[in-house]
Amino acid sequence: MIPNKFDYHRATSVDEAIRLMAQHGMDAKLLAGGHSLLPAMKLRLNQPGVLVDIGRLAELRYIKKEGDSLVIGAGATHDDIANSDMARSTLSMLSEAANLIGDVQVRNKGTLGGSLAHADPAADWPAVMIAAHANIELRGPNGSRTVSADDFFTGFYMTALAEDEIITAIRIPAPPKGTHSSYQKFMQPASRFAIVGCAASVTKDGGVCQKVSVALTGLSDTAFRASNVEAALTGKKLTKENIAAAAQAAGEGVMAMGDHFASEEYRLHLAKVFAKRALMAAAE
Amino acid sequence: MTNYIGKAVKRVEDKRFITGKGRYTDDIILPGMTHAYIVRSPYAHARISSVDTSAAEAIEGVVKVFTGKDIAESGINGIPTGWQVNFKNGDTMKEPPHPLLVSDKARYMGDAVAIVIAESREIARDAGDMVEVEYEELPAVADAKKATEAGAPLVHDDAPNNMCFDWELGNPKAEVDEAMSKAHHITTLEFVNQRVIPNAIEPRSAIGHFEESSDKYTLYTTSQNPHLTRLLMCAFVLGIPEHKVRVVAPDVGGGFGSKIFHYAEEALVIWCSQRLKRPVKWTADRSEAFMTDAHGRDHVTKAEMGFDKDGKIMGLRVKTYANLGAYLSTFAPCVPTWLHGTLMQGLYTTPKINVDVTGVFTHTVMVDAYRGAGRPEATYLLERLMDTAALEMKIDPAELRRKNFIPAFDGVKQAGYQTQVALQYDSGNYQGVLKRALEMVGYEKFREEQKAARKDGKLLGIGFSTYIEACGIAPSAVVGALGARAGLYEVGQVRVQPTGKVSVYTGSHSHGQGHETTFAQVVADRLGIPMDDVEIIHGDSESVAFGMGTYGSRSLAVGGSAIVKSLDKIIEKGAKIAAHKLEASEEDLEFAEGKWTVKGTDKSVGFGDVALTAYVPHNYPAGLEPGLDFSSFYDPANFTYPFGAHIAIVEVDQDTGKVSLKRFIAVDDVGNVINPMIVDGQIHGGLAQGIGQALLEGAVYDENGQLINGSYMDYTMPRADDLPSFEIDRQVTPCPHNPLGVKGAGEAGTIGSTPAVVNAVMDALSPFGIKNLEMPLTPERVWRAMNS
Repeated sequence: MIPNKFDYHRATSVDEAIRLMAQHGMDAKLLAGGHSLLPAMKLRLNQPGVLVDIGRLAELRYIKKEGDSLVIGAGATHDDIANSDMARSTLSMLSEAANLIGDVQVRNKGTLGGSLAHADPAADWPAVMIAAHANIELRGPNGSRTVSADDFFTGFYMTALAEDEIITAIRIPAPPKGTHSSYQKFMQPASRFAIVGCAASVTKDGGVCQKVSVALTGLSDTAFRASNVEAALTGKKLTKENIAAAAQAAGEGVMAMGDHFASEEYRLHLAKVFAKRALMAAAE
Repeated sequence: MTNYIGKAVKRVEDKRFITGKGRYTDDIILPGMTHAYIVRSPYAHARISSVDTSAAEAIEGVVKVFTGKDIAESGINGIPTGWQVNFKNGDTMKEPPHPLLVSDKARYMGDAVAIVIAESREIARDAGDMVEVEYEELPAVADAKKATEAGAPLVHDDAPNNMCFDWELGNPKAEVDEAMSKAHHITTLEFVNQRVIPNAIEPRSAIGHFEESSDKYTLYTTSQNPHLTRLLMCAFVLGIPEHKVRVVAPDVGGGFGSKIFHYAEEALVIWCSQRLKRPVKWTADRSEAFMTDAHGRDHVTKAEMGFDKDGKIMGLRVKTYANLGAYLSTFAPCVPTWLHGTLMQGLYTTPKINVDVTGVFTHTVMVDAYRGAGRPEATYLLERLMDTAALEMKIDPAELRRKNFIPAFDGVKQAGYQTQVALQYDSGNYQGVLKRALEMVGYEKFREEQKAARKDGKLLGIGFSTYIEACGIAPSAVVGALGARAGLYEVGQVRVQPTGKVSVYTGSHSHGQGHETTFAQVVADRLGIPMDDVEIIHGDSESVAFGMGTYGSRSLAVGGSAIVKSLDKIIEKGAKIAAHKLEASEEDLEFAEGKWTVKGTDKSVGFGDVALTAYVPHNYPAGLEPGLDFSSFYDPANFTYPFGAHIAIVEVDQDTGKVSLKRFIAVDDVGNVINPMIVDGQIHGGLAQGIGQALLEGAVYDENGQLINGSYMDYTMPRADDLPSFEIDRQVTPCPHNPLGVKGAGEAGTIGSTPAVVNAVMDALSPFGIKNLEMPLTPERVWRAMNS
């Protein structure tokens, strides 16, 4: 439980953090809420020489509306989001997911940006952000850029974030009228990460599915969009049968993970169950 | 006179605990103290080819690195076990050496290879990574039954088939076979009572402090039984005279049995301190706790119960392979034998019982007592058999139990009940607890709800468990005959100070149980003084004369009784002093409300007055010694036998297999109750642990002996939101053979709850024809069963 020796810098601004990261290169890690990084360091699974603490930067901690979009600062905690009416009224799956993360202590410290950057294959936020069509704003020494959530998660603990970049904000476009969403999660009982989590947003008009956005987490090396489920439901009447049939496509063709909590086969089964539950809840 | 007993007095120790003022071993900082880190084998079974400490010792701040070779060369002994169980043929059990650090072979993942001692914890940890150990990995075996099969890798070369002992109890096997052959129906279950990891909130810690000037040693340690640790360490391991050693177990954050064991690290820090002439502290981190704390349970069992056509039990036949781990812990041989086989009578009149247990070495961490120790395993076996038999014979499970219950007996007017498996139960009313539990659950109504729910595709189930346990293991002569290498009495000293304040020294040890409150309630009531005038002192061999410690729900029944014996002596002597002061005869006095009164008069003398007189004996009975201070050893006449009825109601999610515990009803009879709040707390905690075993917990070793779930990310502890609000009630059948009439409440919840939950899940799954699934009943296990 004792990490390696490391140097610690507390950045006073995002720009300073970027400078410090550039200065220390590969040896440095950003510290936000620390709920993934610090345990890994205590187990010596991660041994950075330098920590750059961005956990207290007020400029990263906000939830606001900009035009039609909801903008969440990367430093907003899970608890900030769980308690945000603005987030809930934009897409209720945001607050549902936030409330299902870890426990109160974790939610009070852990941040949205930290979770996305860490890209744990069983984390909740990646699926929610994909289903929400979120854009992730990044800033580095050469300026800012935006990557869609669909393109952000590239593999097992891997993202489009460059070594010298910081996530600054997450921008979620306002969903069309008649949109409802839900995040449904089957928890790994010890860690409370997702064995399978499904985020779904459904735009309904006269009982018909105009638009649907579905993403899964926990199933494989990274969260992903369940395009086949979306295709199976778009334009269909939102009946229980149609939803159940569309949910059958969840996880199709995916190389699922297996562990002592859930085998590959069981995870694939749960993907269908939780896709159905999320879609049913969103379609109500 | 009863002002405190029976009242929910708030725990006096809680103020310091919840304000962060507890003083645990790791809080202790001694001048010149060094810090130890233990280098452990990452392999379950490996030959150690070489250990190179030079790089570690070159690091600034490293004081010394000792290896298994240093230990071997020093000539000290290994860690002993406290119990001997022989083979059926009379051969002594296999008791392989358990060195403080291994030099030749590592025998479980976590076996200690070297100890690094440094100026700081951080330096020790860093230097630990620099100790270069060359291992040659060998095949390992983690499963108890597989370990006995031909060709299994041997843990110890001199224990063929990895057998430590084989043992049987009860009626001769031929008699049981004959009874079974006449049975109308036989219910058979084969299952694993899985290994669980105790997870006390405070990881183990030990400080060894050798003072050269006085040639004395002090060990601070996270122990449930400091005196026993001192005895084992001095006499069996290090060969240090016992009077030169003080062992202190200060505030200890939970044990659940895992801190009974005299661990190698305790002797190791003393040995290192003696070498280095400096204090040495070692504290486990959580990963180390998962890997090296003694685990619990781990039985592979086949159990068969025979019934006549009316559902009366005719016989019980049990074969168990008990996993003992790589070495023998302090109670290892006792737990699966004398604490398990002896419980096979349960609450039933079973006329013929044979239980056969093979103790097995495997390449896993040691197994020792874990809350209930042997009795939960026995209860699981019996109560799973009962509900399964009820299902198979189409008899209501409550009715099947009633048909077989031992009739009520109080142990005073009616004799105790002699079982087929050595024990004699003290007192019991088994029908009573089941009746009350059925009322609380609303049994008939539930069965209707269940039927209706099934039609809607909802899987509800109800499960029963009517259990007995044996607490306060005793008397010493009996346990000695059964193989204990120690007595099982307790020591209680009551020292009345000249001002009438009372210091009580107990050999019991509180690591969460609340002795400082409960014992003070007893003392204050008996002496008729305020609780604030009573201080309970425990856990230090320098202040407490001797003690056997706390485990097996023995503290109040045995430790409390020892205190009562001393209180009786205090009151008896006090009466002599009071009689002298009152110029009355002793026979004319009565003692109540803290004063001696001449019967029928208002002439009295108070407790404080008598205390002062005892220490300032100017006007004093001739020939009477001054002072008011008595010590007693209490060796009970028998075990105590709490019992109860537990009922679980569950719902199974057909889509996922997830089990939700909807209700849990527990009616326990733990004899008289001193503090109902503390007893409720014990029941609640026990239930959580028992339910945890049924649904969530379980150590997983892979085929190479790697513990693959040694963290809170991977090992599921029960949490508040996994549990319903418990519905509990009590019945009181006093223990007839101890002065407080108490039976013990520490383990009841754990013992009764596990089978109730599993039975409920099996009841819910009965439409699928599923009769038995292994614990923990994880969603995937249940889902697979429903879909196979």
